[in-house]
Amino acid sequence: MPVKRKRNLSATIALLPTWFAAVVVFIGTMAWSIRLSFTNSTLFPSSTYVGFAQYSKLFASAKWLASLQNVLIFGVLYVSGCLVLGFLLAAALDRKIRLESAFRTIFLYPYAMSFVVTGLIWQWMLNPTLGIQASMRSLGWEGFVLDWVVNRDMAIYALVLAGVWQGAGLVMVIALAGIRGIEAEQWKAARIDGIPVWRIYVSIILPQLGPALAAAGMLLAMGVIKTYDIVVAMTNGGPGNATEVPAKFIMDNLFGRQNLGLATAGATVLVLGVIIAVAPFRYAMHMRNQAKGGA
Amino acid sequence: MTTMMKFFLAGVAFAGLFAAAHAEDKPTIEIMSSWTSGGEAAALNVIKTEFEKRGGVWKDSSIAGFGAADAAFQNRIVAGDAPGAKQGVIGLAAADFVSQGLFNSIDDVAAAGKWADALPKSIHDLISYDDKVYLAPTGAHGESWVFYSKEAFDKAGIAQEPKSWDEFFADLDKLKAAGIIPVAWGGQPWQQTKVFNMILLSQVGIDGFLKIYVDKDKSEASVAGIKKTLEILGKLRGYVDAGAAGRNWNDATAMLITAKAGVQFMGDWAKGEFTVAGKEPGKDYGCMIAPESKGMVYIADALWFPKTGNGQTDKAQKLLAEVVMDPTVQVEFALKKGSVPMRADVDKSKLDACAQKGAELMAAGAIVPDQAIVLTPQQVGALDDFVDEYWSGGSNDAAAAAENFFATFE
Repeated sequence: MPVKRKRNLSATIALLPTWFAAVVVFIGTMAWSIRLSFTNSTLFPSSTYVGFAQYSKLFASAKWLASLQNVLIFGVLYVSGCLVLGFLLAAALDRKIRLESAFRTIFLYPYAMSFVVTGLIWQWMLNPTLGIQASMRSLGWEGFVLDWVVNRDMAIYALVLAGVWQGAGLVMVIALAGIRGIEAEQWKAARIDGIPVWRIYVSIILPQLGPALAAAGMLLAMGVIKTYDIVVAMTNGGPGNATEVPAKFIMDNLFGRQNLGLATAGATVLVLGVIIAVAPFRYAMHMRNQAKGGA
Repeated sequence: MTTMMKFFLAGVAFAGLFAAAHAEDKPTIEIMSSWTSGGEAAALNVIKTEFEKRGGVWKDSSIAGFGAADAAFQNRIVAGDAPGAKQGVIGLAAADFVSQGLFNSIDDVAAAGKWADALPKSIHDLISYDDKVYLAPTGAHGESWVFYSKEAFDKAGIAQEPKSWDEFFADLDKLKAAGIIPVAWGGQPWQQTKVFNMILLSQVGIDGFLKIYVDKDKSEASVAGIKKTLEILGKLRGYVDAGAAGRNWNDATAMLITAKAGVQFMGDWAKGEFTVAGKEPGKDYGCMIAPESKGMVYIADALWFPKTGNGQTDKAQKLLAEVVMDPTVQVEFALKKGSVPMRADVDKSKLDACAQKGAELMAAGAIVPDQAIVLTPQQVGALDDFVDEYWSGGSNDAAAAAENFFATFE
C-alpha cells in the first residue's frame, strides 16, 4: 500500500503543471471570456454589466445567424464528403494497383498544405475572370459558367469543395491503414463464397473500419468549429453573408470592430454549442462503459 | 575549440548589448504602421529621413494590412508594451484609447508650432480631446474620386467628363457597347461603403451628409437621400464584371491601367498605382469628383502616441510630432502618398492636377468626414454590413433598405 501511495504522490506532482494549465489557462480564460460577454466592453474590458444585452444583440444580427447556418452546412458536407471520398480512395488504393505509394503521396499531399494556400488556389480556380471558367471560355466554350466563389447561392459549396479536396487524403490514409489491418482470411472466405468485391467492402470491411473512420471524422469535425482561414482566403465571408462563419465573426468583432462584448458572447455561444453537441455522446459512452462494467 | 567559440559569441553578444544601450541615449521611437505598399513606404520614409536628420533613432515595425496592424497594436497595448507611435486614422477609433488615458498629449508641441492656425478648424477639433492635442496629422485623402482610363473613354467615344448621374450612366452604356467593362468594381465591403458615401454626398449635399452621419438625423429628407443613393448604387450592379466580388482596390486600378475597364470609384491613393505603372494624370487617366457632388469625402491619417513610461520615448514622440507637421515634410509626404497636405499654409504648386483639385475643395471647406472619423468602429462595421448586404443581396427595394439604414447607428 505505501508504495502505491508514493507512486500516486509523485504522479500528482508530475501532473501539477498540467493541472495548473488546465485550470488557469483553459477554464480561467473561458470564465474570463464568459464574464466579458455580460459587460458592455468595446475596445477594452469593462466591468459595467449589461445582462444578456450582448446576446440579444448577437441573435438579432443577421450576420451571426447566417454564420451559424453556414458552419452547419459546411460542417455536415465537409465531414461527410471527406469520409466518403477518403474511403473510396482507400478502397481503390487497396486493389493492389501499381504505383500505390505514388498515388498515396499525391492524395495525401493537399493535407500538408495550410488552409490559406488551399483557399487561395481554389479561389483562383473558381474565380470567373481568372480560373476554370475563363480558360474554358477561351477554348471556345462561350456559355461555360463556373462562378461558385462569387455566386451568393454557391459560395458555401465552393468552400466545401476546397475543404474536401484537402481533407479527403487524411481519411484515405487512416482508412487504408484500417483496411490493411483486416485479416486476409476474411477476404479468402468471402471470395470462396463468391461475394462481389463491392459487397465485401460495404458489408465486411466498412463495419470493421468504424473506429478508424470515427477518429478521422472527429479530427475533421474539430476543424469545422475553427473554420476561419479557408474562408478568409477564399471569400472573406462574402458575397454578402453567404460564407460568414462564427470564428470569423468573432475575430472581426474582437479586433476590427473593437467589440469585445459581442465577440465574447459569440465565443460563449460557440462553446455552449460544442458542449451541447458533444455531451450526449459522452453520456452514451459513459452509460455503455458502466453497463459493461456491471455485466 | 568549442569553448573558445562560446566565449567569442558571448563577447559579441555582450558588445551588442552595449551598443544597443548606447543607442538608447538618443530619442528612440518604434513606429508601427500599415504603410507597406510602394507609395506608402516612400511617404513614411520622408518622415523617417527628417526625423533621423534631427537626431532621432527610428525603429520600423510595419505590418501589412490595416486591420492586422490594428490588431497587433491592441495586443501590444493590452500587454503593456506599447510602441512609441502608431499610424492610424483621425477619428473615434483613437478616442477610446485617449479616454482610457493610454495616449500622451502633444499639446505643447502643437502650441509651439501654432497648429491651430495652420490646420483647418475641423481637423484641429478632431485631433484634440478635452482641448488638448493628442494626434499629429500626416495628410488627408479625398475619397470622392472617379478615375477613368482615357484610352477606354476614347474607344467608347466619350469626349468629356459626365456632369450628372444620367450622363454618367449613358457613358457607362457606351463603354459596355464598346466591349469594355464599364466599372472596375472593388468588391470588398469597405470599398463599397466608400462608393455609397460618395453617391450620398452627391445626393444630399454637405449639410445633409453631416446631418445623417454627425447628428444621426432620421428625418424624411435624410431617408429620401439614402433611398436615392441606394437606387444609384443598385443601378451600378449592371455595369460590373463577374469577378468583382472580393476584388482588391489595386487590382481594380490595374484594370484601368490596362484599359480593360472604364472607371473606378476610389480614394486618391489609387494615384500611387498609376504612378508606379508610369501613367500620368490628365494624359493617361483622368480624375473627377463623383457626378453632381459639390464637395469631397475625406479621411485623414495621423500618428498616435501611446504612453510607454519611457522618458526618452516621450522626447522622441515630441520630436516626431514636430517633424510630421513640418511644412516641407507635409508636401513631400503628400507627393509620395498621393494625399493632400493637412496644413493650409504650404506650397501647393508641386502637387499634381488631382491633388490640387482636392486641396482647393479642402481649403474651401467643401469636405465631409469619412465614416471612420465620425462613427465608432462598431458602427462602421454595421454600415459595411448594411451596404454589402444591399449590394450583394441583389435587392432592388431601395425604400425598404433605406429604412434599415439608421439601425447601423445603434
